[in-house]
Amino acid sequence: MVKWLHLRNLLQVMTWVVLTALMVGCGDSTSNKSIHKIDYSKDYPANSGGTLIDAMTGEPSGLIAMIAGESAASAIAGNIFNSLLKYDKNLELTGELAKSWEISADQRTITFHLKPDLKWADNTPLTSDDVLFTWQKVTDEKTRTPYGSDFKLVTLAETPDANTFRVTYKAPYAPALDTWAGLHILPKHLLKDQDINTTAFARNPVGSHYYKLEQWKNGQYLKLTRNVNATQGQAKIDHLLSRIIPDKAAQFLELSADNIDSMGLNPIQYARIFPARPELNKNIALYKELGNSYTYLGFNLKRKPFDDIRVRQAINYAINKQEIIDGVLLGLGEPVASPYKPGTRWSNPALKPYPYDPAKAKALLKAAGYEDHDGDGIIDKDGKPFSFEILTNQNKEREMTGVLIQRRLKEVGIDANIRVLEWASFLGRFIKPKEFDVVVLGWSLSLDPDQYSIWHSSQQAPGQFNFISYSNPRVDKLLEAGRLELNPDKRMKIYHEFSAILLEDSPIVFLSAGYGLSAIHKRVQGISNPAPPAGIGHNTYEWNIPQAYARSEMSEH
Amino acid sequence: MLKYLLKRFFWMIPLLVGISLISFMIMHLAPGDITSSEASFNPKASEESRQKLRELYSLDKPVIVQYSLWMKRMATLNFGTSFASHQRPVFWQTKDKDGNVTLGMIQEALPITLLINVLSLILIIAIALPLGVVSALKQNQLADRVITLFVFIGFAIPGFWLALMLMYWTGVQHNWLPISGLQSLGHEHLHWLGKTLDTLKHLALPVFISAITGLAGIALFVRNGMLEVLHQDYITTARSKGLNEHRVIYGHALRNALLPLITIFGLSIPGLIGGSVIAESIFAIPGMGKLFYDAVLMRDFPVIMGILTIGALLTLIGNLVADVAYAWADPRVRRGVMQ
Repeated sequence: MVKWLHLRNLLQVMTWVVLTALMVGCGDSTSNKSIHKIDYSKDYPANSGGTLIDAMTGEPSGLIAMIAGESAASAIAGNIFNSLLKYDKNLELTGELAKSWEISADQRTITFHLKPDLKWADNTPLTSDDVLFTWQKVTDEKTRTPYGSDFKLVTLAETPDANTFRVTYKAPYAPALDTWAGLHILPKHLLKDQDINTTAFARNPVGSHYYKLEQWKNGQYLKLTRNVNATQGQAKIDHLLSRIIPDKAAQFLELSADNIDSMGLNPIQYARIFPARPELNKNIALYKELGNSYTYLGFNLKRKPFDDIRVRQAINYAINKQEIIDGVLLGLGEPVASPYKPGTRWSNPALKPYPYDPAKAKALLKAAGYEDHDGDGIIDKDGKPFSFEILTNQNKEREMTGVLIQRRLKEVGIDANIRVLEWASFLGRFIKPKEFDVVVLGWSLSLDPDQYSIWHSSQQAPGQFNFISYSNPRVDKLLEAGRLELNPDKRMKIYHEFSAILLEDSPIVFLSAGYGLSAIHKRVQGISNPAPPAGIGHNTYEWNIPQAYARSEMSEH
Repeated sequence: MLKYLLKRFFWMIPLLVGISLISFMIMHLAPGDITSSEASFNPKASEESRQKLRELYSLDKPVIVQYSLWMKRMATLNFGTSFASHQRPVFWQTKDKDGNVTLGMIQEALPITLLINVLSLILIIAIALPLGVVSALKQNQLADRVITLFVFIGFAIPGFWLALMLMYWTGVQHNWLPISGLQSLGHEHLHWLGKTLDTLKHLALPVFISAITGLAGIALFVRNGMLEVLHQDYITTARSKGLNEHRVIYGHALRNALLPLITIFGLSIPGLIGGSVIAESIFAIPGMGKLFYDAVLMRDFPVIMGILTIGALLTLIGNLVADVAYAWADPRVRRGVMQ
């Protein structure tokens, strides 16, 4: 009986403890960081040191990119590992581990010459043997990688000497150079006796790039430290710390409280919240760069009436692309007319997106036999109203895009319904069996112009990427020719012609390419603004944090 | 009693097998697998490579064959390794031939979620118990109305909204509490007391949010239990014996009113290992909720099955514990069990 009396006392004690804890917490507020008072507008000479803290929404599953595959892994591993080649700030290929490369006269053999005296972070020499080993691993049947097929085209890989690596393809394969720019070279001496699928190396890697992994706290953060043996020279910032914060709103609060230096923004944060908060703009700079993907409306060309080019062009004219960019991306995007990044050599400057022209759309539909015969506001042909379903996956921007398209189609008398699906069922039940009318989806603006797997008529089997069933013999020929031509100038002509046909044929409607948006604290200097085609990340090794701006609480670590 | 316990334990085995079979089937009813995530819809990853991956993970075999493979592993208590997370062990750590230890995914997430849930359960009891008692004693008076309104506001308020508001207020405006995460960046350089304080500061908001939304159920349960008991004859008897009101309420009424709570707590044991996805995402806490959610999105079957199996086991154990505790607390039930 007495127990329950004690319970009340206990409760009193607990209340007291909670209140005290709150008061102790309040006491801390006097030690509020003085960092807000620093004036970040001064220019200091670049010095090395400091820690850059950024936030990412997902945790890498491992740091061997060929196996991990997700973007979080590539982002971190890209600071740790080198490839033979890389893209420069204008997205042209240049050497990374390779100082040069030659292509044989028959275009089947590529010889890479490595830079001299390359070293792994553990001081072991990096040689062509490591490159060969990496190639063996990525093509090994037992390796759990989805990226092996490009490398399996190599019929012979050899290392004539420690600084030379030579690959021979059965036939010239132009995308090869791009694939070597995407393959992180792994250290043979640490992995040769390991199962690459399960090795602890994936969580404790040794690379050759600017940074090495110092600490990985599962679910919390990854900390990288400058690699003194880096093959590409020394980066200025000492530590990169990536915190895992899945929620964008929480990231934003952390940025506001000066606990992180950099994060990716969404259009609302960039265009609405930042301009309304002058105190944030004092310390934080905003950057935008052209993103890596575009959104499109794709037709199922196996279904009527989308096999009719007039219908496809009519829908293209009926959609107002600028409205989508303004409404969905808050103006933070660009229209595109080809699947290539505007401003790079592959993008054909002569091509312009279809203008918004409802009158022309109606005329084309009329020519295709569609008119409003029964006066219900919806055009019809042979007694059947023109009505279809726009499918997309759970992605706010794509859903909003669908709604804007729906409204514009209504104006030309087309009745479109929108259906939003979870990704796996979208893919499994609709895309693979080709059970759809029209989709709103995205493709990447690829760095290599080869788009064989998306547009070639042979790539239509279930699970392959030409799921809209596009088939044009001229395009097939150009795509085949583009794969056989390694000379960039000749290749450019091929893909400019391909883009022109694609635009004319309108198997998809190019809608928009959004900007990548980021906010970075002004303590970080040396960032290119405006961003070159490769984005602001092209020179992270030159970013620096002047001593006067470094975080005081990080200095002892 | 022992016989009863043994019987209950024995019955848990077929139940577990049945639960796991149904879970496995339902999991495979959902379209897609690890190779069909959005990230893998990439022209650089060919369909042949994905087919090869499916074979390596035995995903090309019939579901029942996959289930028997899983069962075979489970028979040796091997939960397997994750598809999505670079072969990390699902449940407990493993050691490779070089002595590198890889921690298990559940092993890491479970203590975090457990700590938050236990703390919030303690907080809920500490607040809900007195609130429920007071509101029963002052039934339909101002105090009762205010308490009921308060717990319902707590119940109805969207947790993520309250979380963000509190994060802004305590983290950005006043810098009292950390905004997100589990530990500060310099955590390992701290003294053990500093470490504990640091962790508690990080947990304060998540625990508070989880408690405030769970308050209503328990508080109203206590209130209704108390009301019912207060109208029983033995309370009248106790009062007529001349016992003081304190003893009547805390010695007789509350004790009986709390009995059904045992069942509720028993049933909430499996809930202790389930974290809230939303709260864990907002506060950047690597707990069970996020682990399960990500596993479902990625169709990471071994992780899904691992969490479901442990959840099922804990539910069954929770039921058993509740029944036993009930028997211990209530002589009437005890007699029923013994027979």
